This record gives sequence, C-alpha cells and structure tokens, in this order.
Amino acid sequence: MTNGIADDVPAATPPILSLRNVSVTFGGVKALQEVSFEVLPGEVQCIAGENGSGKSTLIKVITGVYRPEPGNDFAVGGKTVDAMTPAQARAAGFQVIWQDLSLFNEMTVAENIAIEAVLGAVPRRVDHAAMRRTATAVLERLGMQLDIDAPLGGFGVAQRQIVAIARALVREARVIFMDEPTSSLTRQETLLLLDIVRTLSESGIAVVFVSHRLAEVLEISTRVTVLRDGHLVGVYPTKDMTQTRLAELMTGKTLNQAVTARDVGDAVPVLSVSGLTRQGEYKDVSFAIHKGETLGLTGLLGAGRTELALSIFGMARPDSGEIAIDGVPVKLRSNRDAIRVGVGYVSEDRLSLGLIQQQSIADNLVVTVLDRILEAGLISPRKQQRLVATWIGNLAIKVGAPDDPVTTLSGGNQQRVAIAKWLATEPKLLILDCPTVGVDVGARAGIFEIVRQLAAEGLAILLISDEVPEVYFNSDRVLHMKSGSIVGEYDPRRVSLAELERAVYA
Amino acid sequence: MRSLTRKLRASPTESWLLGLLVVISVALSFAAPEYLTFANLFNLLNTSSVNLIFAVGLLVVLISGGIDISFAVAASVVQYVVATILIDAGGGGWVSGVLLAAAVGIALGAVNAIFIYGFGIISIVVTIATFNIFFGLLMFVTHGVSIYALPEWWTHRTVLLSFQQANGLWADLTLPVLIMAIGVAATFVLVRHTTTGRQLYAFGDNPEGARRLGINIAAMHFIPYCWLGMMAGIGGLAQVHYTQEVVPNALIGRELDVLAAVVLGGARLGGGRGSVLGCVLGVFLVSVTQNGLNLLGISPYAFKMIIGAIILVAITLSSEQLTRMLSVRRRTADQHG
Repeated sequence: MTNGIADDVPAATPPILSLRNVSVTFGGVKALQEVSFEVLPGEVQCIAGENGSGKSTLIKVITGVYRPEPGNDFAVGGKTVDAMTPAQARAAGFQVIWQDLSLFNEMTVAENIAIEAVLGAVPRRVDHAAMRRTATAVLERLGMQLDIDAPLGGFGVAQRQIVAIARALVREARVIFMDEPTSSLTRQETLLLLDIVRTLSESGIAVVFVSHRLAEVLEISTRVTVLRDGHLVGVYPTKDMTQTRLAELMTGKTLNQAVTARDVGDAVPVLSVSGLTRQGEYKDVSFAIHKGETLGLTGLLGAGRTELALSIFGMARPDSGEIAIDGVPVKLRSNRDAIRVGVGYVSEDRLSLGLIQQQSIADNLVVTVLDRILEAGLISPRKQQRLVATWIGNLAIKVGAPDDPVTTLSGGNQQRVAIAKWLATEPKLLILDCPTVGVDVGARAGIFEIVRQLAAEGLAILLISDEVPEVYFNSDRVLHMKSGSIVGEYDPRRVSLAELERAVYA
Repeated sequence: MRSLTRKLRASPTESWLLGLLVVISVALSFAAPEYLTFANLFNLLNTSSVNLIFAVGLLVVLISGGIDISFAVAASVVQYVVATILIDAGGGGWVSGVLLAAAVGIALGAVNAIFIYGFGIISIVVTIATFNIFFGLLMFVTHGVSIYALPEWWTHRTVLLSFQQANGLWADLTLPVLIMAIGVAATFVLVRHTTTGRQLYAFGDNPEGARRLGINIAAMHFIPYCWLGMMAGIGGLAQVHYTQEVVPNALIGRELDVLAAVVLGGARLGGGRGSVLGCVLGVFLVSVTQNGLNLLGISPYAFKMIIGAIILVAITLSSEQLTRMLSVRRRTADQHG
C-alpha cells in the first residue's frame, strides 16, 4: 500500500540529505560501519532494523549528537558539510520526534507548538498572542482542529503526536524523523497520522520513520533502508516487499517458516465462548479452544481483540453471552477468578518488560505465585527452590545459577522466564496478547518455539497478533476479527498467507 | 460574562480557593464580628506579607520541579548578616539594606543550586542538609543572642495608609505590604511574561524534553533557587521591620506553613504547575484560617494540624499514580460522554 504518496520521485531531484561512508565507534564497538543514507524531498522512508542495528545512532549522527569518524561524506541539499552540530542540523531543518514526544503536559497546546518562541538564554517578553497565532496557523496547515488554550495533559496520544509534528513544522522542518510513531496508536489514530504524513509529503517535507514493526513499515513508506549490526543491508522499494522478506533482510537469517497447524478438533474444548457481547467493544462472539490447540486471533488494531481477551481474563465483564471452562459455565468477576479457573494472560510488552530486571531469576519466576510457597506465613526457601527448579527444567531455561540477576540471561531465555512466571499459576488456557511487540524479529522464533512446546504438552493457547504471518505460521486455526465480530475462520493448511493477508488488510 | 466563566474554567484551583476564601470569610464575620473590620484585614495583610514574599519565591522553585525547605532559616541568616554589616558600616538605609539582603539571599540560594545541579543530589535532601547547616551555624555563631539595637530606618514603623475606624481602632497598612506587592508583581512578570519563566515551567514539567530543546539546564537550577534566596532575604528584612528585632530562631518552622500555602494554591510538588494568583490565594487562605482560629479562641495546635493535613493532601494529589488514575477516569468519561 502506498496511500497516494508519490511513488516515483524524479531521479533528478537532489537529495535533502545524503550520507556516504559513515562510521561511528563507541569504545571499540562499531555502532555504524560505512553506512550510506539519503532522503529525497517529500518522500516517506523507513529505517528498519532490529534493536542495536544502528537506527538511533544514524539519527543521532544526522542531528549532530554524534560525530562520525573522518572519511565520511556528508551533504545537505547537495552541499558538502564537515560534520553536523545540533545547531546546524536544526538550521538544515532536521527534526526528530522521539517516541516520548518531549511535550509538556502542564502547558497549553499553543505553547507546546510554539515553544520555539520562548527558547534562548536571554530573557525576553513572551508574546502569548503571537504564540497562539503561530499554533493556529500551523494546525490549519495540517488541517487539524485542537483547542489551543487547553493544557496538553488532557489529550490522547494521537493528538499529542499532532502537536509534536506541528512543533517540528514551526521549527521549519524539512525532514521529520519519527521514532516508532505508531507503537501506541489505535487503527483510527494511525490512519489519521498517515493522513498528516501525506499532507507533509505533498508540501515537500520528507518523513523518515524509524520502526521495527514490519506491517507498519510496508504500509507507510515508499522506500525502506534496512540496517543490521551497524551495516547497511540495502535500500528497497516497499512496493513488492513482503513482511517475510523484510524480516529476513533485518535478521540476515532465512526464517524457515512453515505452517505448523495440526488437527486437534475432537479434543475436549478447554474454553468455549458463546454469544459473548460487550457494548461498543465486541458482539456475538462464539468460538472454542481445545486442549493442546493454538488458536490465532488477528485483525487490525481496534478490532476488539484485546477487549475480548480481557473479558476472558475476567477484567471486563461481558454484557451477555457465556464463557465456559472445561464445559462448565463460569462467572468471572475479576482476574483472580480467572486465574483460579485456569486462565493466564500475558499482555503486550510483558515479554520484554515483564521482568523485574534487578532481581534474580528465581525471584522473577515465583513472583506470580508467592502465596503457594508460603510456610507459616513466610516465604519458604525450600518450596521456592523446588518450584524454580521445576520451571527451569520444564522450559529448558539456560541459567548459570537461579540466584543470578535476570539481566545475565540472553533475550530468549528472559522470555522463557517471563512465560514461566505465568505458567507457574498452572493455567489451562494461556492468552498471549501481541507477544512479539518490542521483540526483535530474530528473537521471535524463540517465543513460538516455547508456544509449540506448551501446546504439545496440552495447554490451550489463544495467540493474539496484528501481524498476520505470526498467527498464520504458529496457529492451528486462525480467527479474523473485524469491528468487534469474528468474520472468518481459516485453516492455515488450506489457505495461503497472501489470501489471509488480503482478507485482513482489505 | 462568558470570558469570566472561561477564565474560571481555565483555572479551577484559583476559582475553588477564591470561593473557599469567601465562604470562610462570611462564616467568620458571623462567628467573630471583629473579623470583617479594616483593622483586622489590614493587620492580616501586614502579617501575611512576609509569608507572601517567601511564597512567591518558593513558587518559582516548585514550578521548576524542585523543593526548598531551607529558605526560612536562610532568611534568619540574612537578617543577622545584614544587621551585623550595616551596624558596622554605620547604619545604611532601605536601599543598601534591600540590596545587601537580596545579595546574601541569592548567595545562599546558589549554595543549594550548586549541590542540586552540580552534584545531582535531589533538592529535598540538599535543602534538609542546608536547613540544618544554616540554622546550626547561625545558633553557633550568635549563641542564640537576639539583636535589638537596630538602625533607625529598619525598625521605624513606616505606615503607608492609615485611618481611624468608627470604633476608635486604627487601621494601618505598613511598609512590608508594599515590598510584598513589588515581590509578587515581579514574580508574576517572571513566570508568566518572560521566556525564562516559561522555560521554568517546561523544565519542571519534562526535564528531558526541555534539555532536548536546548534549554540551559544550569540556568533552570540557579534561577529558581536564587530567586527564592532573594525573596527570603527581602522577606527577612521585612519581618524585622514588623517585629523590631532580629531573633535567630524567629523564622524556623515557617517553611512548612509557606510550603503548605503554596501547594494549597495549586503548585504541584514535582513541577510544571502553579500560578502567582493561586499562590497568593493559598497564603491568604492559610492566614485567614489562622486568624479565624485566633479570633475564635481555638488552640494554635489546631493550626499545626491543618498545615500538616494540607501538605499530606497536596503530596497525595501530586503523586503520579493518582494523576494517572484521575486522567484515565477522565478519558473514559470523555468516551462515554
């Protein structure tokens, strides 16, 4: 998809920014090696790469935070420059919108947008009226309406992003770099952002996204620059790129993905849901998950997937319909009820953020089940040791000693600890909500290896994801959810990935 | 009318305080008829002036995201230093007094800023330490002895406005009120109408965001603590004018009354929020409460209790968790509404 953004930028247009042969070394570690990069006026480009691939380092070189090693060739608007300072980068119109947006909640929208007017070391009188005029003008240019006198703190992520973009425009941006801009947006909000990007693109302002969400990279941009381990892999048009191909370019590994669906249809349904409805979130949802089955649930952001999962986990009571565990209808008043009947829920980000980093592996493993290792009201070291040994064994977690800090583990093993923590509650059904958000493409395979192992042991798994290939390759059946309803059920063995992607993204 | 409602909506804290102040005043005027007399109200202004001077100084520190509890004892130190130097120099006058007090106050504020900015220690810890150092040093050097023989200009009661009421009592407005008015106006201009003031709000709100915009972080530390130091020095000068003596432990304990008044006025512990109007209303509310308790003959310990409760409530309201809870509730309400 190209969203009407100009596909063919004439080759004659001189790039706004062009880098050749850029290397950056930090204490002997090469963060960037001989990387080239260029931005054309008005284009929408993505820099894709895993964590540590050098994406942020590249942005920091461009904005003058880091100095590249000698021997590079740095040109702005066709003119060679020695190296950037932050002031020069700013004068050249390079603006970065960081993930946290760097906005001020207590100040008004107008002040956030026109903050430029109050910068500078020498105190001056503030012209509040001029700041309001500036803000109004730039919002008009973006075709957006916001109450400019309201404090920013009351606005949601999407509006805040608009404010951040408006601020970059006030600062005369010619290239706007956006760091993981859609990670917390709903589908509607993402579409709004794309609208704005289109407006910017038409007025000749280039937008460069930094992202490792594959679906988004392909959807938004016309070109993608792929980095891996500080090297440039290449620059590719997104027109004929697939998610699988892009993942391979980012990781440098051929991801041998094959459909893993099995037949488990006649096993006992662990969870069956019928006619489940919650006003404004999902309606008339019916499905079952069997013992040892992995059920994929996909759909665009905002389709109601997470809301449905939260209801099954007892955190949002449905208005009507029935949830049954092992054939017995249950009423879930809280997530404690859900845990009691055997439902476990691993939310988005839990695999990357769900560990208490300073604590030991053992402490992290037992944190969900502290009440089971008590003896006379105190934590029993003996019971804790036994539990920890069980889970380290069960999931084949490679550890030095259980008392080592969890940070000593590799990423993959940390994920195992994060999952083991939930498995310790002995669930019959495990809900994994977007388990790979924030996890590198290369490390994702590890998660699904665990998922398959758990399913083989008889655990029922509900796998939720907005990346279609993820559910396609790792589920026994796939449900497609759209605007709160289940609109299709697919067997990965009888449908191609392309067909499924078309159905979901259509 | 519409612009008034808009203004009230835009500053809910100030509107609440104003409403509360009116309600308490009306109640007090029935319970204690002498409350609503010029003599009492002028007296209230005279006695609140020093706290107000301190309060606007502290407001700037709170806006920038810091806190300072050393300013009241710093004011005592300034009183001693100024008294000693000027007596040695043969007396001085209001101009030299104010300049000297401001300079010594700024220097003491800079001591706090050096530790907070230069060594990266959190402000509450630094100012608890300097609170003890300033006070210990003062008592050690002075042996706790007060100074009564002060220059004539300093202790001569200067009355700005005076008239006799029907009941024969005199209503006087004294010089500290003028000093207070200048301090309040200067702080208002600083935080509301200068680029530096807006940078302080930005820095208090989101320090990392401010740093990325190229705001001078050192200045964002030195300006508020030195501003408070200056106000502490000048406030100390005004307090001596009122009490006619320099007593080393006269101001200790004042820091919490002032802090309570400022946070009551809507300044957030944690930075980024607070207005001069709210600050002024907060101080008046605290003073009126104290005055009312006096007039009603209630123990001063009740006042201590109220001050403690205000600080506790303000800290609770400033906590991140609560803010998030409230904003989530507001967002859900928006969706349904």
